[in-house]
Amino acid sequence: MGGSSSLLPQEALGEYQELTFLNKQEILLAYKRFSELLPREQRENACSVRVPKSQILTLPELRPSPSRQANPFQHRICHVFSTSEDGDDSMSFEDFLDMLSVFSDAATSDIKSRYAFRIFDFDDDGVLDGKDLEKLVNCLTGQGEEARLSSIEMEQLIRNVLEESDIDKDGTINLSEFQHVISRSPDFVSSFKIVL
Amino acid sequence: QKNKEENESKEEENCPQQSRASRRKNHRMKRNDGKKGGGERDKKASSKDEKESENKEKKTNMKGKEEENKQKKGRKNSASSNSSNSSDEESLSEEELAMLMEEVEQKKKLISTMRNKPWRMMKKLSVLREAQAFVEKFEGALGKGKGKKLYAYKMMMAKKWVKFKRDFDNFKTQCIPWEMKIKEVESHFGSSVASYFIFLRWMYGVNLVLFGLIFGLVIIPEVLMGMPYGSMPRKTVPRAEQATAMDFSVLWDFEGYIKYSALFYGYYNNQRTIGWLKYRLPMAYFMVGISVFGYSLMVVIRSMARNANESTADGDDDNFVFSWKMFTSWDYLIGNPETADNKFASITTSFKESIVDEQESNKDENIHLRRFLRVLANVLIICCLCGSGYLIYFVVKRSQTFSKMQNAGWYERNEVEIVMSLLGMFCPPLFETIATLENYHPRIGLKWQLGRIFALFLGNLYTFLLALMDDVNEKLAEEDVVKNITRWTLFGHYNSSMENSTATPAPLDPADVPRGPCWETTVGIEIVRLTVSDILVTFVTILVGDFIRACFVRFMNYCWCWDLEAGFPSYAEFDISGNVLGLVFNQGMIWMGSFYAPGLVGINVLRLLTSMYFQCWAVMSSNVPHARVFKASKSNNFYMGLLLLILFLSLLPVAYTIMSLPPSFDCGPFSGKKRMYDVIQETIELDFPLFVAKIFGYVANPGLIIPAILLMVLAIYYLNAVSEAYQRANAELKKKMQLQREEEKNKRNNKASTNSMMQDLEDLLAPSTKSESSPKQAEDKKKDSPNQASPVGKQEKAEVLNSSPIAAGRRAAFIPPPHVLVTRPLTPGTWAPYPQPRQPWPGGRPMGPFPGRGRGQPRYIHPV
Repeated sequence: MGGSSSLLPQEALGEYQELTFLNKQEILLAYKRFSELLPREQRENACSVRVPKSQILTLPELRPSPSRQANPFQHRICHVFSTSEDGDDSMSFEDFLDMLSVFSDAATSDIKSRYAFRIFDFDDDGVLDGKDLEKLVNCLTGQGEEARLSSIEMEQLIRNVLEESDIDKDGTINLSEFQHVISRSPDFVSSFKIVL
Repeated sequence: QKNKEENESKEEENCPQQSRASRRKNHRMKRNDGKKGGGERDKKASSKDEKESENKEKKTNMKGKEEENKQKKGRKNSASSNSSNSSDEESLSEEELAMLMEEVEQKKKLISTMRNKPWRMMKKLSVLREAQAFVEKFEGALGKGKGKKLYAYKMMMAKKWVKFKRDFDNFKTQCIPWEMKIKEVESHFGSSVASYFIFLRWMYGVNLVLFGLIFGLVIIPEVLMGMPYGSMPRKTVPRAEQATAMDFSVLWDFEGYIKYSALFYGYYNNQRTIGWLKYRLPMAYFMVGISVFGYSLMVVIRSMARNANESTADGDDDNFVFSWKMFTSWDYLIGNPETADNKFASITTSFKESIVDEQESNKDENIHLRRFLRVLANVLIICCLCGSGYLIYFVVKRSQTFSKMQNAGWYERNEVEIVMSLLGMFCPPLFETIATLENYHPRIGLKWQLGRIFALFLGNLYTFLLALMDDVNEKLAEEDVVKNITRWTLFGHYNSSMENSTATPAPLDPADVPRGPCWETTVGIEIVRLTVSDILVTFVTILVGDFIRACFVRFMNYCWCWDLEAGFPSYAEFDISGNVLGLVFNQGMIWMGSFYAPGLVGINVLRLLTSMYFQCWAVMSSNVPHARVFKASKSNNFYMGLLLLILFLSLLPVAYTIMSLPPSFDCGPFSGKKRMYDVIQETIELDFPLFVAKIFGYVANPGLIIPAILLMVLAIYYLNAVSEAYQRANAELKKKMQLQREEEKNKRNNKASTNSMMQDLEDLLAPSTKSESSPKQAEDKKKDSPNQASPVGKQEKAEVLNSSPIAAGRRAAFIPPPHVLVTRPLTPGTWAPYPQPRQPWPGGRPMGPFPGRGRGQPRYIHPV
């Protein structure tokens, strides 16, 4: 870590430790990985530069390869954690840390489920409706044509999910309903994580 | 107040980000409002907050500003000292101090829980800095005179302590070995394969401690201070064996010089103290043997308890099958496209399966066939188990006759190990093949598979032990004969030397003294040999079954008539169950053998170390992820349970031999005693003052032990009863919640049918639908909703978009009763088929309390 880690100021490191679920090594590693994504001339001030989405997606856990992709939610994750003003989903180092913090081991189920909700909420309207669920299912079943569910199956599936989780029967799943479901799941916390 | 905050933050999540900043302000105000009766200080603090937040947040909501202004007006009278913060600190009254203290505490709490807030980093940073500045500023103001300094000192120490703790945590995580390696595996193969490696690492840690105990307290003292090699019969290779004692083939069988080394029980002397330290070696040997088991038991149980605490959410709740599949089935750790493809496929099939299950849950005609197949599979497996048990018994018996023969070949000598290894190699795949008949979910299938392999290993181990016991008993009988021979030889030797010369007789060379069979060393050697052959088989299996196969598939694929990668041999999958079981079984052997072969733990530490690197490499280089990837959610405790079981089972034979077999007369630290545990009695009698021996005598009295055991049993019974009661209460609560939820659902689905009056009204208005009774309506809903669901969703969404974001968020979280009424015609389900009769209600309802409604609505409880 030596060379690049020394660029991250000590007090910032302390603050980041206070504000995220990451420990010192993880932050330094994140910093290293983040500055590797930048072109060489920008590495000195990595804290203030934004990395475009295409660069972020080269990280192994988010990486798309030409024919297939590892993480189907990569675009959503970038979108949710980006603070970019002009909507190009680029990420600053702080956004990056935010992301890693939420996806870390130590993060609580509560905060994880909040962000999971926002990732699954494809149209950013604050509820999961039929359209969101359909997109979600398509993400989960992959790109291949034969893998897709037929429209009847899809409808059945979405209806079942809504029946289970939509407690107030308004045809959508809101955050509290979502958290209610997630909190009972045995393996959400263990699977909703990304390690560098 | 806490609830308020929570609600606030929950709402916050529901609406777009622009209005967040303003809401945060509200949130703060609420917090300040919560502390009614606040003095000047409090107000000052809150206004300071506002000012800062004003500076920092540009987007301000009109509403928020108005409220703010109101508050400011209300405060004008007392807020004259706003600008001067520090000048009037001396004049603070007790009450104000308390207020300030509270504020500071609150800020500190905010700082420590900041990471739990779903905010952007930028905002978290600004809030953090603000809070820290506040705390620093006012911390000094607390306390008076002497107390002030003390307080400041305390605060400083607290800060230092926090920093130290954090550094220590950082240090601790840095010390965890192989973290990166495991994470790499995890990101390629998902969490279940990683759980094996985490288990392996944990095991390594435990073994390292055992190694430290045994080496530090037994082997090293013996080597440093004990009698050197060749000084006495038990530490010398017998004359007959000396010629071949250094041959590799002999050493490989743990005979020759290795047999007469500190690695085995027989080497130790029964001298009560050794060296200038007066180290009581026999005592230490016994205590270490016990504490190995004690420590292992403690560690296993502790980690089991911790795992049980962590997994509070129980997965047996089958209310959310589909939702869980949808929301939690992706393993975000997967970074490898191949694994991801497998995962996609498995998720798709699981979706399809569950849909089919749902459709066919009532008419399952295959159930008899499936049951039959399951029974058949179990019968087959039991046959396999019995067969393997008999085979081992047969082989061990045969080996005893072989061992009496002089010129037994290599195969005859190693037959037991070979047969056991072969069984361990071929039975698990056989079981897996049989298990495909059963068609269980992979996670349940894994447990069955683990259980069966475990039964196989255990059966094998115990047959082996039983056969070994026979051997030991034979040796014990032999020992009596040898004892006499030894005595007579020594007697004869001295007699003859007395006759020859009048001088003191030259002592008999230790190599020439006849030996007893020393059954303890024999047991130790058997177990060590079994362990070593197990290690070799494991490594060779990995090398051949995984690496060579992978190489073959990879390179021969260019010139082969079918696709090797997709077709028959393909690449090996990482066999989690087999590997875990191998590890657990191996550990059982270590525990069993460590008393008679102290060096065994050292071998095991080496094995685990190489295993870690070797298997990591093999997994990354030549394995493909499971075709059906599943997560290892709670299997950790399952592994631990197996480990505990095998620990207990390996404790039994050791305890039996210690308690009931006499130790060999001429080897080992307990030679010459009637039983091994006599060493404790001896130590107490000779080394402790008399009263300790007396106390010990009383304590060891059965009159005291039996009541103690009774008391313990009673305590266990009581605790068990209490935990059962808790469990019942828990189940009751769960049922209640479920009922409430069902009730809620029903109420919303067919509210009309809950009330007879309403039904009458309905009948009046729409006589044609009279036949629709209430239980049927649920089914109707299912049939109708496919066409209804999507348009409704859209409308709902449109509404949400139209109204203000806050309101939308609020509505989504807590739907107010009137709203439900308004949207009623839109909701899918029972209302859709007959919208006609519903029209008059919305208008009519507000006029007076409607019987059915009035009862239904207020009882709505939000189920969170």
